[in-house]
Amino acid sequence: MSVNIKEKIWYLANFEVFEKKLNGGARTPLHQLRKAALQHVKKNGFPSIREEEWRFTNVSSIESTNFKPVDKKEQEEIDRNTLQEYLFEDLTPNRLVFVNGRFSSQLSSLSGLAKNIKFENLALELKNNPDVLLPYLAKQADYKKHAFIALNTAFLSEGTFIYIPNNIIVDAPLYILYISRDVGESFVTHPRNLYVVGSNTQVKIIENYVGFGEEKYFTNPVSEIILNENAIVDHYKIQQENKSAYHIAVTQVHQKKDSNYRSNSFSFGSVLARNDLNTVLDGEGAECTLNGLYMANGKQHVDNHTLIDHAKPHCNSHELYKGILDDRARAVFSGKIYVRPDAQKTDAIQSNQNMLLSDDAIVDTKPQLEIFADDVRCTHGGTVGQLDDEGVFYLRSRGISKQYARNIMVQAFAGQVTHKIKLEGLREKMEGLVFSRLRDGHLSDK
Amino acid sequence: MMLEIKNLHASVEGTEILKGIDLKVNAGEVHAIMGPNGSGKSTLAHVLAGREEYKVTKGSVIYEGKDLLKMTPEDRAREGVFLAFQYPVEIPGVNSAYFLRTALNAVRQYNGLDDISAFEFLKLAREKMKLIDMDESFLKRSVNEGFSGGEKKRNEILQMAFLEPKLAILDETDSGLDIDALKIVAHGVNRLRNKNNAVIAVTHYQRLLNYIVPDYVHVLYKGRIVKSGGKELALELEEQGYDSIKNDVEKKS
Repeated sequence: MSVNIKEKIWYLANFEVFEKKLNGGARTPLHQLRKAALQHVKKNGFPSIREEEWRFTNVSSIESTNFKPVDKKEQEEIDRNTLQEYLFEDLTPNRLVFVNGRFSSQLSSLSGLAKNIKFENLALELKNNPDVLLPYLAKQADYKKHAFIALNTAFLSEGTFIYIPNNIIVDAPLYILYISRDVGESFVTHPRNLYVVGSNTQVKIIENYVGFGEEKYFTNPVSEIILNENAIVDHYKIQQENKSAYHIAVTQVHQKKDSNYRSNSFSFGSVLARNDLNTVLDGEGAECTLNGLYMANGKQHVDNHTLIDHAKPHCNSHELYKGILDDRARAVFSGKIYVRPDAQKTDAIQSNQNMLLSDDAIVDTKPQLEIFADDVRCTHGGTVGQLDDEGVFYLRSRGISKQYARNIMVQAFAGQVTHKIKLEGLREKMEGLVFSRLRDGHLSDK
Repeated sequence: MMLEIKNLHASVEGTEILKGIDLKVNAGEVHAIMGPNGSGKSTLAHVLAGREEYKVTKGSVIYEGKDLLKMTPEDRAREGVFLAFQYPVEIPGVNSAYFLRTALNAVRQYNGLDDISAFEFLKLAREKMKLIDMDESFLKRSVNEGFSGGEKKRNEILQMAFLEPKLAILDETDSGLDIDALKIVAHGVNRLRNKNNAVIAVTHYQRLLNYIVPDYVHVLYKGRIVKSGGKELALELEEQGYDSIKNDVEKKS
């Protein structure tokens, strides 16, 4: 490691700065949690490739980069025109925007949301109404189990808090935009999201992580999502950080009886991206659908780890992750399905499919079923293939150029995930994002 | 003359399959190419469509005065050559309407025409689909995905109806079809025939030729056309099988 031992490790130095800015906040019980989480990171460090869950994803360059906290002054002006295409104003009037980890009230917009729905900057809620969120905060994502949950928890402050009471159907999606832009040095943000969704409630949530510029930075988000009985959540996570960025995210979901969690995860950007998505089906009749699409080229590395914990009987899970890789890109997929002794009548389907557009791209796909009940149906499969030459020839034989035919074939492969997006406007945006990345049947940088 | 094939040799993975084919096709004609399995019928069809795995080692193919073998597969299609596949390819995720419209516009652009509008396309699609008795819901399905054998073959003829080729090559379009589906497909092909276009029907069975009546029948065996005649040749083959032709060829060699 290239860290100078005499200097403090960056996150310890950052914590001192962070703590000073908290003022009175440093005496709260929450701050004890932060300190405990920090101690955990200090003691255990970052995971190494000797650990099974991190075998293919080396985070030593994150540990050795001196990431600075963001000074509030540096994030002020941002050109609204560059931003326009990311505001999704055609999709929803409800959005929270953060620039380099800091909430921006000018760029955010809230209109037409019922008063009893909370859709706020988490830091503000911590200050004004801690009693509402503290019973839920940090209860799902356990910092002792994951170094990057611990790191996020140590710096827990800004992020998104959603609270929806029982019996409400929220029509327009709730949109959260995390923007990172160059500030002249490497910086780190720790967005913290907490979504508490009441019984018989339905909501669509879009999280979009966007990077402008070319400098290196590190986004370290943690999201906790709680679905009460019969709640339905459509969760979209879009990762389009810049090509030098690191993105290590954990989403921890807890589902009660008859709830339905539908995740669509898109990973396009970053030099190194890791998404952990874990859900506990903790009530009979709960169901989850995890769909994912990742595209990587150049030297990008993208890692998706999912864990579906079937804790109760009669729960269903469906999972489809697809990847498109070019150049020297590398992808990792690890899909664990855990069926507990109680969880009879579990129905779990998992599939990971990869398309390699070069000889040098690498995929490590690892489905893992751990089944401790006997009356269950679980299937899984992983495939790695190339562009279908037969299909390309078929399209060409109908007058379509070779380059366009190749693009169509790649787009079609991705389409099996993008077609599952229920929000029509968002589906078009995602299809557009996929297509804009294609050049003659290969991936290019935009 | 529309098509002139001279002494065409082609090989696949180093094995010579076509060993000197000569064939002339004029506008308005229907040619049937028959032969036992492995005689090179499908290879000929794919070589004409430009399949890259098939290497032409000798000979020439002149189509409408141009060197067909120098054209890319897409340019052949744009110039009016159409291959109806024996095994149409399933393309999950590509919507049939999108595929048809993209193909049609690619051909139109090449020929200096404007793109067809969504409205005009739908109108045209309804008309063409009626021709081969296809339901409109088909347009929303992925290309050939989950189609029955008969649906796939009808889809080939639908594409042909859209692209209105000058030279249609039907590669065993009849195989695997029941008689009702065969009639629909043949009816579609016959409706598309006129004095300006030509059909090469590659088939193993005579049955198709009851419905698409050929002007000429050629028998392909071991990579060569060993016998040519009128439509009565097909009936002769139906009665006697390919054995007598095989024996004749073996005796000569």
